[in-house]
Amino acid sequence: MTYPNPSTENTPANPHDAGPPLWLLAELTYRCPLQCPYCSNPLDFAQTERELTTEEWVSVLRQGRKMGAAQLGFSGGEPLVRQDLPELIAEARNLGYYTNLITSGLGLTETKVDAFAEAGLDHIQVSFQASDPELNNAVAGSRKAFDQKLAMARAVKEAGYPMVLNFVIHRHNIHQMNDIMTLCERLEADYVELATCQYYGWAFENREGLMPSKAQLVQAEHEVNEYRKRLQDSGSAMKLIFVTPDYYEERPKACMNGWGNLFLTVAPDGTALPCHSARLLPIDFPNVRDMELQRIWYDSPGFNHYRGDSWMPEPCRSCDEKEKDFGGCRCQAYLLTGNADNADPVCSKSEYHDRILAARRAADHATAGLTGLVYRNADNSRLFFRS
Amino acid sequence: MHQVPRFRRGFRFQWEPAQESYVLLYPEGMVKLNGSAGAILNEVDGQRSVGDIIASLEQQFPEAGSLGKDVGDFLQDAQHHHWIELS
Repeated sequence: MTYPNPSTENTPANPHDAGPPLWLLAELTYRCPLQCPYCSNPLDFAQTERELTTEEWVSVLRQGRKMGAAQLGFSGGEPLVRQDLPELIAEARNLGYYTNLITSGLGLTETKVDAFAEAGLDHIQVSFQASDPELNNAVAGSRKAFDQKLAMARAVKEAGYPMVLNFVIHRHNIHQMNDIMTLCERLEADYVELATCQYYGWAFENREGLMPSKAQLVQAEHEVNEYRKRLQDSGSAMKLIFVTPDYYEERPKACMNGWGNLFLTVAPDGTALPCHSARLLPIDFPNVRDMELQRIWYDSPGFNHYRGDSWMPEPCRSCDEKEKDFGGCRCQAYLLTGNADNADPVCSKSEYHDRILAARRAADHATAGLTGLVYRNADNSRLFFRS
Repeated sequence: MHQVPRFRRGFRFQWEPAQESYVLLYPEGMVKLNGSAGAILNEVDGQRSVGDIIASLEQQFPEAGSLGKDVGDFLQDAQHHHWIELS
């Protein structure tokens, strides 16, 4: 047993000999000024009531750090909506976390950028929706978004932070790869995440309208590789990270590096989750208001549910790759087969793999524009929990 | 030998008790360092030169003999990964 903090009283059981949660994602709020139709927040986010208070978040941060968490993401929704963000940053930095702010840039000002640096914020990630204002604002559902993002990306660099620019890639912006990378170079990004859409939350609802075709994807990957070569030749330190969509793979991703293995998400209402999508699963997850984080992570039925491999049915159970990918993503298995225990249907060994093939065929023939997408906002969210 | 290594802005080096090792933290990432990498980077303070660092490590680990090549190679590697800058 390599169990941390053996001195803790009432040490909970750790049946799977789990390691510590090295990454803590603090989803401070579901409130957001943007309406991106691929948002990973739950469809019924508008139903979420009481957000954790400042004191409750401070307690979560302290408990997480004591357990060994080193990377901390402030995310949402839009975390800037929380007025106590500077206080939380200062507390986190003081505890020794590497603090990442994951923001749309809306609500950010140069004054805040400087104040956060003073509080000890290590890094800012700004998301963009496209390389030009028209498409960016249409996807974000906000007329002023693009100009604000540009101004804030410049302010972030001006203040000396390392900067990650994040673009979610889908069929409506995948033709812009070169323009996107050129924009990032001009803004002096240190890292560029070109993350093809993953189909959870609002993105699953909008999958047909978002998923690129195989041909689009091959072209995009080629452009990224060519650009990367150019960057290397010129000695640029800008790093391109292209996240390929698992819908075009024959084996599933090792989702979250394993269930309850490294990542711990705390949702705005205090629900603790093994990933930011897991809320959609029919599993009871504990709340930090009711239980200590240590007990939640090591001992709760929710976090132990898919640890190890004794839960696996066939074809995973006898598969020689099960230790490599853990059967893929539980949320994807649930969304596509109705049973979260099943193999992720991305796997060609899954009896449900035809559902992935059908989605690929649909992407080859899709013609719908942006207007057919369901935008992520409180009105649309209420439709999901009323129905 | 006279160059002074320093961590790039955004890179933080610290001891993590839960992992019982030194780590290097950067935007959304973490490298767990092995013993010798940790010992070398622990000497990087933005003041002392590569030569100073080698001398200090040779004093700490007299049984290891001459460390100049290993330390120099590692620091070049670290520069190549854009973890540190040499100036």
